[in-house]
Amino acid sequence: MTEALRKHAWTMGLLALLVVLLAATKLIQPSFGGPGLESLARAALPFAFATAGMAVVVIVGGIDLSVASMMAVCAVTAATLMERMAGVPAIFIVLAVGLGMGLLNGALIVVTRVPDIVVTLAMLFVWEGVALLILETPGGATADWVEDSIRGPFLFGWLPKAFLIIALVTAAIWIPIRRSKLGLSIYATGSDEMAAFRSGVAVGRTKIAAYGICGLFCGFGGLSLAALTGIGEPVPGPYLLASVAAVVLGGVVLGGGRGGLLGPIIAVFILRIIRTILTLMAVDPNVTTIIEGTIMVAVVMLGTAATLRSARR
Amino acid sequence: MSATDTNPPLARLGRLMRDNPMIPLVVFLILLIATLEVMRPGIVMPFRGGRDGLISTFWVGNLIKFAIPLAMLAACQVLTMLTAGIDLSAGIVATVAAFVCATLSSIWGVAPAVLIALASGLTVGIVNGIGVGLVRVHPLIMTLGTGLIATGCLQVYQRLVINAGAEIPGFLVWLGTGRTLGMPNGLYLFIPFAAFVICLMRFTGFGRILFALGSNERASMLSGVRSWQVYLALYALSGLIAALAGLLYLGIIRQTSLSLANPLLLPSVAAAVIGGTSIFGGRGSYAGAIVGALILRVLDTMLTLLQMPEGARTALFGIIILAVTALYVRITGSR
Repeated sequence: MTEALRKHAWTMGLLALLVVLLAATKLIQPSFGGPGLESLARAALPFAFATAGMAVVVIVGGIDLSVASMMAVCAVTAATLMERMAGVPAIFIVLAVGLGMGLLNGALIVVTRVPDIVVTLAMLFVWEGVALLILETPGGATADWVEDSIRGPFLFGWLPKAFLIIALVTAAIWIPIRRSKLGLSIYATGSDEMAAFRSGVAVGRTKIAAYGICGLFCGFGGLSLAALTGIGEPVPGPYLLASVAAVVLGGVVLGGGRGGLLGPIIAVFILRIIRTILTLMAVDPNVTTIIEGTIMVAVVMLGTAATLRSARR
Repeated sequence: MSATDTNPPLARLGRLMRDNPMIPLVVFLILLIATLEVMRPGIVMPFRGGRDGLISTFWVGNLIKFAIPLAMLAACQVLTMLTAGIDLSAGIVATVAAFVCATLSSIWGVAPAVLIALASGLTVGIVNGIGVGLVRVHPLIMTLGTGLIATGCLQVYQRLVINAGAEIPGFLVWLGTGRTLGMPNGLYLFIPFAAFVICLMRFTGFGRILFALGSNERASMLSGVRSWQVYLALYALSGLIAALAGLLYLGIIRQTSLSLANPLLLPSVAAAVIGGTSIFGGRGSYAGAIVGALILRVLDTMLTLLQMPEGARTALFGIIILAVTALYVRITGSR
């Protein structure tokens, strides 16, 4: 019970921090409103999907170093396909590619019994190479309606479409899984693989499924990358470090079994908005990197110290 | 391979390899070099007609020259992995050290520049050590974070010294590109270094404590190990090694850049893992990591020789790392 309280306390704290930061942004730049929020949500889109995927894998007790490369593969696949065919089937193919890559990652981890970190490190090179094979140089094109779908507000002036997409996609994928047997298996495997195995959880299949979900999120991430830029870019972006940072900030424990998807996604927005604030304050963008790193380390230090203290008590 | 349990001679082979993890690695390295020789006859032994067996020092020298910085960074990974950690800031630390050294030596002279470069590596290492040892942050996160901070600092620093110009100290160039008897001069630095790391791991109390902490942290703490001191020393040492590797790499590449040694980071992890170091701690050997670094470099040459498109080369590189590790896990039956 106290554990559940603590977990939610973290998410609530993050939410409060986000609100404070939004208010601070408004203070610094009084004209900050709908358009500012919209560009913030749009920039957060690929980060949010990478983070969601990473969070699922961390919950199951692994880590996926290949998220950025998988997103690159999905982005170039989307851009090359949409040049030749209609948008909707292309989207489904891209998502299937993402899912397939994730499942393959998981299957390799389970079959070879090599540690996750090593397998996904190797697959990072493999997917990076595949992306280069699909598209040697940035190119391709995306359907106009795909680009429009993430631009601008939805219905009311202040709710960005990009934000809605993040919320809908993540909820549509994660909530049914979280409520099902698979979700329970994922948390069980993450908290103690041996205990889960002895209680009859199909540990191997659960892991493969978790990596598959991660791949699916990377599919969405790749699509949003393609939609953001209008082309396919075969070189992986900075999404690996950012997603690990957001996952940890979001209260998911490295090692597995604890945390959810809401916290990490709030964390993505926190990290993005800090960047916005620093830009508004005309801070050198390079200093921004230092501040981001410091925040990440400081938050994790505080979080770990808090856990240690409560454990000692 | 999967029949090791039913087939007595094979089982014995598996046991032999488990006891001597270097054997399959060296065999694999030799096989790779043999394949290379088949692919491009003469690359290894150009004078096979008259003077049989004389090794072409040019290619081997080049191979070793580029394997040295990789093997040095792999030392950071091996040492930290012994305690179930990892040092993901090593690549950036190497880059920072190289950049600081190159820019400062034109302003303040070579000796202060080298010292400051090493000190910057040491600083990052100490911060890592404080985070991992005292605050008990997961090493992956801690080193990732300090890496990020160091990258930012490097970019800010770069704008401060943008007019200073870069000068690469002569002795680093001598170490990096010079040759003695066909072998790279980098070995003058690397052989004592490797001996130091191997002795540190095998014959000192510090090395034994590293293994002990990695096998069972709680047990070793109950036996009186002050783990935070060990972690602090370990990560500080790792930062220092990374800075040293960066200086050597600067001598080899003879150019400054803001991402000089960053591409070496993931291969350094791969070299340590291929070399039989367990990412979960308690098991590892630096000699294995050196062979691992050589294997990666030979693979690089091989894939370049095949003249494949860059994408296929990168993908194949990944597949081979995975295959080697999987095979290794299968043969030795350990993780």
